Amino acid sequence: MIVTVNGTRHAVDVPADKPLLWVLREDLDITGPKFGCGVAACGACTVHLDGAAVRSCSLPASAAADKAVVTIEGLGAGQLHPVQRAWIEEQVPQCGYCQPGFIMATAALLKAKPKPTDKEIDDALTNICRCGTYGALRRAVHRAAALMGGP
Amino acid sequence: MKLGRRTAIVGGVLGAGFVGVGWWFANERDRLGDRSLFNVKPGEAGLNGWVKIAKDDAVIVAVPRAEMGQGVHTALAMLVAEEMEARWDQVRVEDPPEHVVYRNVEILIDGLPFSPEETGSVVDMAHWAAGKLGGVLGVSATGGSTTVRDAWTPMRTAGAIARELLLMAAALKSGVPVAGLVAADGAVRRRDGGVVARFGELVDHVGDLGLMVPPPLKPAAQFKLIGKPQTRLDIPAKVVGAATFGIDVRRPGQLYAAVRHAPTFGGEVAGFALKGVSKPPSKPKGIEEIVIVPGGLAAVGTSWWQAQRFLDDGVDITWRDGPEPKLDSATLWKRYEGLLDTAAPALTRTLGSAPAAPAGQKLEAVYRAPYLAHTPMEPMNCTALFTGALELWMPNQSPTLVRLAAARAAGLAQEHVTVHTTFLGGGFGRRAEVDVAREAVACALQLPGKPVQVLWSREEDIRHDMYRPMALARWTATFDKGLATVIKRQVGQSPTDQFGKRAVGLPGQGKPEGNAVENPPYAFPYYKLEAIVPDGVVPVGFWRSVGHSHTAFFDECFLDEIALHLKQDPFAFRRTLLAGKPRHLKVLETAAREAGWGAKLPAGSGRGIALRASFGSIVAQVAEVEVADRTLRVKRVTCAIDCGPVVNPAIVRAQMESGIVYGLSAALYGEITLKDGAVEQSNFTDYDAVRLADAPAMAVHIVDSGAAELGGVGEPGTPPIAPAVANAVFAATGRRLRSLPLRLA
Repeated sequence: MIVTVNGTRHAVDVPADKPLLWVLREDLDITGPKFGCGVAACGACTVHLDGAAVRSCSLPASAAADKAVVTIEGLGAGQLHPVQRAWIEEQVPQCGYCQPGFIMATAALLKAKPKPTDKEIDDALTNICRCGTYGALRRAVHRAAALMGGP
Repeated sequence: MKLGRRTAIVGGVLGAGFVGVGWWFANERDRLGDRSLFNVKPGEAGLNGWVKIAKDDAVIVAVPRAEMGQGVHTALAMLVAEEMEARWDQVRVEDPPEHVVYRNVEILIDGLPFSPEETGSVVDMAHWAAGKLGGVLGVSATGGSTTVRDAWTPMRTAGAIARELLLMAAALKSGVPVAGLVAADGAVRRRDGGVVARFGELVDHVGDLGLMVPPPLKPAAQFKLIGKPQTRLDIPAKVVGAATFGIDVRRPGQLYAAVRHAPTFGGEVAGFALKGVSKPPSKPKGIEEIVIVPGGLAAVGTSWWQAQRFLDDGVDITWRDGPEPKLDSATLWKRYEGLLDTAAPALTRTLGSAPAAPAGQKLEAVYRAPYLAHTPMEPMNCTALFTGALELWMPNQSPTLVRLAAARAAGLAQEHVTVHTTFLGGGFGRRAEVDVAREAVACALQLPGKPVQVLWSREEDIRHDMYRPMALARWTATFDKGLATVIKRQVGQSPTDQFGKRAVGLPGQGKPEGNAVENPPYAFPYYKLEAIVPDGVVPVGFWRSVGHSHTAFFDECFLDEIALHLKQDPFAFRRTLLAGKPRHLKVLETAAREAGWGAKLPAGSGRGIALRASFGSIVAQVAEVEVADRTLRVKRVTCAIDCGPVVNPAIVRAQMESGIVYGLSAALYGEITLKDGAVEQSNFTDYDAVRLADAPAMAVHIVDSGAAELGGVGEPGTPPIAPAVANAVFAATGRRLRSLPLRLA
């Protein structure tokens, strides 16, 4: 099976039903996407599949074949993505384990909705952060939207 | 000649007295450490056990505490950098090796079964003994909100000594006497500000310079970094996916292990058989080894996902049940109710004097709190490699105990065990435990030369935690004109007692958890506490704020009931009872004022207030809730904290918000229940947490009371939120919820 991750094509020999998360983490040593629940309930494993946020722990790798997968490592393509900059400026992470998932979900949201309302943010970011960074995180989403909105 | 010159220069910095308040050792240099201790690499120079400099101008600070989100790496580095006059952008941190100088003394003292209110020779003696014990045992641990309190003097002293050594080195390099030099902004400068040497240029000039007497520490008024919101050092790596958590450890030839534990507490593997084969092949596909670990079975293979699937589908495991295979929650509550009525307390404490005559009116109420799981985002894991010696990589809160447990499990001397602490994807007390380390060691011993990463599924995490104890309290208040007596009987297991047995092999004491029995700050005419401590098969552990997490709910809700019985406003009533406690009063008043206490709210909305002093800090919170169609929504929380001197106000605020959300998840959703001797919940689908949509707006106000003692901040934000919300629900609906989680339906 061929999977394209962060612009690089990889041939992997894995069962078709092996979840994308574990292909990334075990077969490609891409460890930014995290394992949190295994049932698509927490969002720590969120990556982009053709630009859309998906929970990779519950997505068979076969569903990612011939599609573009982007992980936190590839989000900024060598630079900091505006969402990552906003995350630093608002000092969002605490333990940080869930943050790659939140950042990926936010980047996908802002691509679809450049100026989301709080309600749209609530509906899109259903991930879990046990450190409770939600206050700073919401501010960072709005800040990222502003950073992406132009000069 | 050189020696003479050196002595003369060094002499210039001597003469100042040593400010050593807070040291627990006869010799304060016990905690400073030798300069070679801290992994000094080529291009670096150690200045003492806590700090080294590098030729790239980095100031590298030893951070022997677990970074689990609470910001300790940043806070500890600030202490050293402040005294050293380092620039914040040149500061880095590194995990030092396991060594006695990095012990956490405060955590042992904090674990003693005394109320912070208690003083006297017995208490002083116990504190002294615990301090000495910290020295003997060398406990390196993170918990009890103790890190900064413990490090406050030693790490600032380490920074001050480092600064003086750099002045001496620069003096030797430049020939300018020490008296003409100052350290400022990451460089040694002439008094007119001209740079003599950047810190990094002094790497080869530190040599064997030494300082016999530590210099005085800065007064707070001169702080440049401390007290200001410095950016966190761990954030850049955490936003690009580069931070290494335990689960991210990758060693050459690494294998992965999934574990299935006996469903009932105390159960074991009785046997197992591979499915679908009458005669087992040597190895199932992708599985290298099947290992019986304490309480469960581990499958080790080249893929965790495959090992997990093998445990699901590839093997039949028969279990030997634990001692209570039929236990369910209803039975346990009945048992606790029986104890509440009849059991002799393990601890009785009274304050004030009992009234001579029995009072007239009586108010009674029973409160309940369930078992809770920790559910840190990173599931439990540990990577172990056995090569004759043992090496472990683990997100853990106590490398000392991990090392001890691993050494015992492997039959090795402790010096043959190395523990590397990674970033922790949340800890909350769960990662003080050593169970996963034992499992990783069991696997590694079967596969010498191969690193094995044991990882639990979320289901194993929720079903095999060391839980916040379920607890029950019965209150009786009597009235005679005003309030006359307040009596509390409470039932709950003791995490410290179990932990001592479980992690270290200490005998059980049967004593209550110290912070579940702390004295109330309120001036009750008469207060009596009876604490009953049952044993039990359910493992209990340290859950963020430990005993405070449920006793604050019991205490602060019943206090509201008393106030309302006396037809008094809950805030006004607390003020009256705190008249002799100016710090508590200021915190309470700040929270009430900032929340707009007393201002009118629409029907169906209400405010509740609660106050709790814990881990050396005082926190009050006002919750504002809205109840519509039996749905409870916490709209905003106003929080005030007095934690004494503030190292990093941004981290204090973040920790208050964190503690509030963690406590709110428990207050709204958290409940672990038992059926057939096992936990019923399994994942975030049935053990949910607060998400962005239900997170309240939060405002944190730091109160400066001028207190000199440092308080903790990792835990004190959690206790007040459940009672504040329950009290707000009463204000909104007239319904008094006396059980957690708070359910309106």
